[in-house]
Amino acid sequence: MNPAISQAPLQPLASEPDYLRSAQTLGSWLLTTDHKRIGILYMISITLLFFIGGVAAALLRLELASPAGDLVASATYNKLFTIHGVIMVWFFLIPSVPTVLGNFLLPLMIGARDVAFPRLNLASWYIFMFGACFTVFAIVAGGVDTGWTFYTPYSSTYANGAVIAMAAGVFITGFASIATGLNFIVTIHKMRAPGLTWFRLPLFVWTLYTTSLILVLATPVLAITLFLMALERLFGVGIFDPALGGDPILFQHLFWFYSHPAVYIMILPGMGVTSEIIACFARKRIFGYRFVAYASIAIAVLGFLVWGHHMFVSGQSVYAGAVFSLLSFLVAVPSAIKVFNWTATLYKGSITFDTPMLYALGFIGLFTVGGLTGLFVAALAVDVHLTDTYFVIAHFHYVMVGGMVMAYLGGIHFWWPKISGRLYPEFPARISALTIFAGFNLTFFPQFVLGMLGMPRRYHVYPDEFQLLNVLSSAGASILAVGYILPLAYLLWSLRYGKRAPANPWRATGLEWTTPSPPPTHNFAVTPTVNEPPYAYETLDEPSRDYV
Amino acid sequence: MSFREAIELLTSSASEIGRSVDAIFWALTAICGFMVLLLGTLILYFCVRYRRGSQADRTISGVSQTPLEIAWVAIPLLIFLGLFVWAGVVFFHMARPPDNALEIHVVGKQWMWKIQHPDGRREINELHLPVGRPVVLLMISQDVIHSFYVPAFRTKQDVLPGRYSRSWFVPTKTGVYHLFCAEYCGTEHSRMVGKVYVLEPAEYSGWLAREAEPNSVVATGERLFLSRGCAGCHVAGGPIRSPLLEGIFRKPVALANGTTVIADEAYLRDSILVPNQDVVAGYDPVMPTFQGQLAEEEVLQLVAYLKSLTIERQKSP
Repeated sequence: MNPAISQAPLQPLASEPDYLRSAQTLGSWLLTTDHKRIGILYMISITLLFFIGGVAAALLRLELASPAGDLVASATYNKLFTIHGVIMVWFFLIPSVPTVLGNFLLPLMIGARDVAFPRLNLASWYIFMFGACFTVFAIVAGGVDTGWTFYTPYSSTYANGAVIAMAAGVFITGFASIATGLNFIVTIHKMRAPGLTWFRLPLFVWTLYTTSLILVLATPVLAITLFLMALERLFGVGIFDPALGGDPILFQHLFWFYSHPAVYIMILPGMGVTSEIIACFARKRIFGYRFVAYASIAIAVLGFLVWGHHMFVSGQSVYAGAVFSLLSFLVAVPSAIKVFNWTATLYKGSITFDTPMLYALGFIGLFTVGGLTGLFVAALAVDVHLTDTYFVIAHFHYVMVGGMVMAYLGGIHFWWPKISGRLYPEFPARISALTIFAGFNLTFFPQFVLGMLGMPRRYHVYPDEFQLLNVLSSAGASILAVGYILPLAYLLWSLRYGKRAPANPWRATGLEWTTPSPPPTHNFAVTPTVNEPPYAYETLDEPSRDYV
Repeated sequence: MSFREAIELLTSSASEIGRSVDAIFWALTAICGFMVLLLGTLILYFCVRYRRGSQADRTISGVSQTPLEIAWVAIPLLIFLGLFVWAGVVFFHMARPPDNALEIHVVGKQWMWKIQHPDGRREINELHLPVGRPVVLLMISQDVIHSFYVPAFRTKQDVLPGRYSRSWFVPTKTGVYHLFCAEYCGTEHSRMVGKVYVLEPAEYSGWLAREAEPNSVVATGERLFLSRGCAGCHVAGGPIRSPLLEGIFRKPVALANGTTVIADEAYLRDSILVPNQDVVAGYDPVMPTFQGQLAEEEVLQLVAYLKSLTIERQKSP
């Protein structure tokens, strides 16, 4: 063991039991204020919800294997894509990395005992579950067929079904997001260990910070929007329906004012995870650390100013369209900066290809495709043809599934030894990473072509000529499903049969690796002091290099 | 669809604007394809060359960071700005229908497209067009938001309730093309589809004549103008002093609240359905609303008639 290998010396072995074994009653979990346990509660919840959203997706792809509407009725199909969208966006993607990995890791990464407001943190999980209950109730009580976008006047006047219950679920869950965001902002400002300056923070913390800013600033607008929609639906107050004197475009402005920044909520933390993994498995400091950190801020700020690019054909003024198009091209620049810097980090690294690295490389590839296809839909005249087609579906799945879900799984594997105290089995994990990558591309690449050919989204039946590409996509989805079930199986298996994990199995930098795996309830026996920049892999590896 | 047909569909559009859109599309594809190849190659190369245990030279040769960062901010930025301008110019062209365009009325409703040609002929979920002539669709929805999408023309425009929207194009190739509703509009959204038939001009005239309507759109509008009582007031020396409507289209109108609006289709429509919203300066707000008494098609016909008054006035000085 090399004593000088880490930012801070390994923590002395505490007499305190680890956070998993400190108390094992159900009450000790449901009433915990330990950020690590809350992270686990979120992990279990969003995993269940992911599989609900996933079953809906599987049924959609099964239906779309043939052009006729032969598996389910149109009304059912419409409910399925609404369930898929609502669950995946608000109950999986938005909470995924922040509430699971963020909750678990943020205090560990900055050398704190917990987040700033532990009880608020627990409350956020209860609020989240309360919202999830409404949403699941809405699904059971007849479903909703508005799509996750709830466009008016369809949602407020014409749609049948449990629209209010579904919207209430999303509305309530928003408060969980705000609580988490607020907690993270205060934690990062006030609870960093001595010596841990802003530019010594891991990039994951930077992305959690910027994500939290968006959560706190944008989510209230979603709440307002859904509230106004509900007012119109319940009491006929004319806000969005022109028949009542309202303006349907207003809804879209309000909705996307939240929902476009939400796209960055769904990708920034994934970028943070990727930065951690790339640095560790290339054994190098992230190239252009400050540029990558500032790029997160730029994305968060510009992300608030591009909402109108969802509305180029909506009847919005063409001049507004031009401004939104320009800003959308600009927001692509910081994303490009990140991709270039990750690539440059690999240069002269010492690269290994453990599962987290496979996911991170997959993230870079798929996010690059997702980001670049964003240019097509940012370009005004081209978007006119592509908007509301499968091109858009493919584009945002490349970013959110190819990007965020890959990053989430990469992060889960990377930190699994820390979270569970066990090592996962490497071979099936690599197989599942490759399966997901292959299945993903087969599912979504054909959808780009479908969109170019003009197949609209949210179509239950479609012209025969689109069948071949749809069959390819559905076949890919079945491979993807296998890829997602595998990790569930072997990660659960590893909880019992996996090898016990040492404190720092990857020889990674970062304070979270200086505590035992799993960490004790109070994280650090001694408050760590930081006197190095992050990702000091070169100095860390030097002694061992001398022996080679 | 065979492979050749697919390539044909991807590379050829059936409208004038389609060529410009496709040019940008393929330029984007080339740029993005190049970027993916470049990054993919670099990543693969680094991964192989700098895999752990390889003998590659890893001494840092003083790569200066800032110039590199500036380069990969500036170069994409310039390319992006170029693409923005190019696509913007084409988009602005799409937004400005020429004055001589053939105006066809489209009313969307759950779940069908109702279409009326200027000479009065109506069709549902089908649109017959002459090749080579600019066509402008004046569109409105009776209920929720729909979107009129003809992939072969590369044009799409949301069709809103309570507000006119416009889409225009010049069909360049005869043939049969898909018409889709592209904005989710409820249960039968995916069945709100139809066909666009682009015909030779002579064929189009023949098609119009085959089931000739007794009255053109303007003539129907004129009949409505008389039968609904509009003509009772909007004449010189009528019983109630009312604004005269000859030549009103696209002219500025001074309102009682001191502002001025241009009398476009939206203004004419609102003045029929919500007359007290924009009262003309110097007149009393006495006109009754026709909200709920006229179908959207009838409002379109009335508006077409009011627009025609301009032309007649110009013709006969």
